[in-house]
Amino acid sequence: MKNKLKLDDLSRTDRRPLAHLEPDDLMRLPYPLADPSQGRPWTPPAEQARAKRDYILDDTCAVNVPQPKTSEEEAELVARFLSGLEKLFSRNNNWTFLQPLLLTMEHCARCQTCSDACHIFEASGRHELYRPTFRSEIVRRLYYKFVRRGGLLSAWQHGDIALNWPLVARLIELAYRCNLCRRCAQTCPIGADNGLVAHELRKLFSQEMGIAPKELHERGSVLQLKAGSSTGMSAAIVKDNIEFIDGEMREKTGMDVQTPWDVAGADVLLIHNAGEIMAWPENPGAYALILNAAGISWTLSSEIAGYDAINYGLWYDDAQFARIAVRHAEAARKLGVKKIVIGECGHAHKALAVVADRVLTGGLNIPRESSLTLLRDIVMSGRIALDPARNHFPVTLHDPCNLVRLMGVVEPQREILRKICPQFREMTPHGVDNYCCGGGSGFAIMSGGNFADWRFQVSGRKKLEQILKAFADCMSPSIPKYLCAPCSNCKGQFRDMLAYHDLWNRHRILYGGLVELIVNAMTDVKPGFIEWEWH
Amino acid sequence: MSEVGIFGDVMTVALFSTIYACVAVFVIACIARIVMYARAPLHLRWELYPVPHEAPARVKHGGSRFEQVDWWTRPCRRGLLAEWKFMVPEMIFLKGLYEFNRRLWYRSFPFHFGLYLLIATAGLLIAGALFALMAPAALPAACARALRQISGVTGTAGLALALLGAAGLLVRRLTDPSLRMYTTRGDIANLVFFLAALGMLAAGSLLRPAAAPDAAAVLQGLLTWNTALEIPGPLAAGIFLTSILAAYIPLTHMSHFIAKYFTYHAVRWDDAPNRQGGKLERRLAEYLTYRPDWAATHVGADGRRTWAQIAADRAAPEGRE
Repeated sequence: MKNKLKLDDLSRTDRRPLAHLEPDDLMRLPYPLADPSQGRPWTPPAEQARAKRDYILDDTCAVNVPQPKTSEEEAELVARFLSGLEKLFSRNNNWTFLQPLLLTMEHCARCQTCSDACHIFEASGRHELYRPTFRSEIVRRLYYKFVRRGGLLSAWQHGDIALNWPLVARLIELAYRCNLCRRCAQTCPIGADNGLVAHELRKLFSQEMGIAPKELHERGSVLQLKAGSSTGMSAAIVKDNIEFIDGEMREKTGMDVQTPWDVAGADVLLIHNAGEIMAWPENPGAYALILNAAGISWTLSSEIAGYDAINYGLWYDDAQFARIAVRHAEAARKLGVKKIVIGECGHAHKALAVVADRVLTGGLNIPRESSLTLLRDIVMSGRIALDPARNHFPVTLHDPCNLVRLMGVVEPQREILRKICPQFREMTPHGVDNYCCGGGSGFAIMSGGNFADWRFQVSGRKKLEQILKAFADCMSPSIPKYLCAPCSNCKGQFRDMLAYHDLWNRHRILYGGLVELIVNAMTDVKPGFIEWEWH
Repeated sequence: MSEVGIFGDVMTVALFSTIYACVAVFVIACIARIVMYARAPLHLRWELYPVPHEAPARVKHGGSRFEQVDWWTRPCRRGLLAEWKFMVPEMIFLKGLYEFNRRLWYRSFPFHFGLYLLIATAGLLIAGALFALMAPAALPAACARALRQISGVTGTAGLALALLGAAGLLVRRLTDPSLRMYTTRGDIANLVFFLAALGMLAAGSLLRPAAAPDAAAVLQGLLTWNTALEIPGPLAAGIFLTSILAAYIPLTHMSHFIAKYFTYHAVRWDDAPNRQGGKLERRLAEYLTYRPDWAATHVGADGRRTWAQIAADRAAPEGRE
């Protein structure tokens, strides 16, 4: 099927998926996952789920696409799509990304240079549906036809496409087959950005049609604004949890660990991804231990959103994005801190430090920086005593796209690892040329239906290959290995993907953050902070 | 005046008029496109690293000022020289394509470099013609001869490379399935247009009788409106088609020579921080007064509320989407 797919197929009115991937189609992986026949089979969608959801794009489903019952309902949805498309190109509605979007629409030469850069396209066995330009070309043709209102000459020049509900429904899903890692944009000779096209499509569907994955919207940004965190934890619950974590840390490390809350005038407001508190409590615990040991004046905030750095709006909705960024800044302003420091969460870094820079004006424009630079300065300054011998096991580093390619924080984490991990080895490629973990742009928290299979078999496949190659010389289960991922969402993806392929049980590949390695090397701490247990 | 003379005169007038009209269209279309992009609002930051104007030690690994603690207290670099050091090899040698798509580079580079040589040839010829007209004594005969010889070499090489590249690109577009599917009839016509215009220009130059005016003489005639000039048909056709092509380019996606400035300098490398009370903040203040009308309920945009009000919402407005 993959070689026969055409752009027009997106408008096909039958309900058959446009793509189906067999294990043999996928990019080959190295040992120990080299044999595709031994791989874990893809979970077929349950009949009930198939009936409830639309599987008209490929083998999976990320969004609850509306199911119009009549042709009138279909026409109404198509009209709303067109209205949203026009708004994407209007100054009032989309000043936020109008210029780069216009440039991409007008100037992509469709040379396919970007295709080789896309991990999803490569991992899928180069299936046409996942080519970065496939999605963009559909949108480009719609742009010329309906926004620029080109006639026959335009159709001849730019190509034509038939707009109907199946096309819109498939585009909704297709907007969620891209990790927004923008590796494609990095290689474009002209500077077109096909990742941005996926981002803008998501905005159209959310901001005009109210369609977005529930994990990002209802259970994500809406819940965060309402309860304070997308985890649903209120400030009281978070404080309870942190108190518990402090106690555990004291017991485990033999150090006095106390997390300060709402300290007015502190130098640093630290904001974690609240998912860390629930899933990886040793991470916020390690931060508390290090910052206290280094004598930093710091605090957490119990304001709404002030204790959760996530901002899922970054991936699908400008309004939700701006609201959360404002709440983060307000929490800092209320405490009168000197700066906001962002914990180990890649998208939170980019959202608050980079993208929100042109949303936060006046008193809300409080300096914001990465915790990795602060940690680097602490580690390199000698303020805490470290013994690299405690980290004498193979360690490799994953570069979260949002933190590295999209923000330029590349070296601080490496300086730390080179100092405290004698067996540190890089992946190939790494730094700004890294590959996404496959969980980027919200996928790490999206597992409805069999979407997780797609994440672990397709979008995470290239990263999986990198990990296996980085540890190729020490795959024996007798050697514990550490995949360092200074990002909460990336860790979520690794936790699920390594378990899916049984790589902890069979080969002892563990994942974790950066601060855990620092605490593990601290000589004042009881040895064995990293427990080599699956979590 | 003979009938042929009158006909030649009319044709020359038509040709010269076309050239001037095409130059005007080219300039106006380029300016319109530049204005369209330049007047677009300042977008949210969307940079991609490496950013070449960063400190050289950080450019090596693609780092940013965010690698420093308290980065806002350090000087903010905006080295244009470093950007041009990146852009010049990119523009002249298509460095990015060489690195990421070598197969296409073998076709695209000769095509683009050929066009550059043709532009350089036109520049040399115009300079020579202007000297000859305005200050003939200032340009020694030897220099004028050298100018013609150099322009002859650049013009010939330019035509050969551009034709070779255009043919290569056309063949690749038609035979590579990954390109063919995304190639419109317009794309094919564009390349055929290049082949036809430049091919005719090459043929006109090669077939020109020794006594007939050459490109330099045509330019001089164009600048002095010497319509008595009898330009051979094939050369006139080549110049005519090339003029139309030049006017057509900025109307299409092929004007990426304009877009590239913006995609690199204004998007990929735009890491300018927003400072309190600064120029950026003043521009942003205007955008925050815009009144969007996105229809989804949770946005809370009714065409009356501003972006600033929407961003200040304590929660997403509820209701049925």
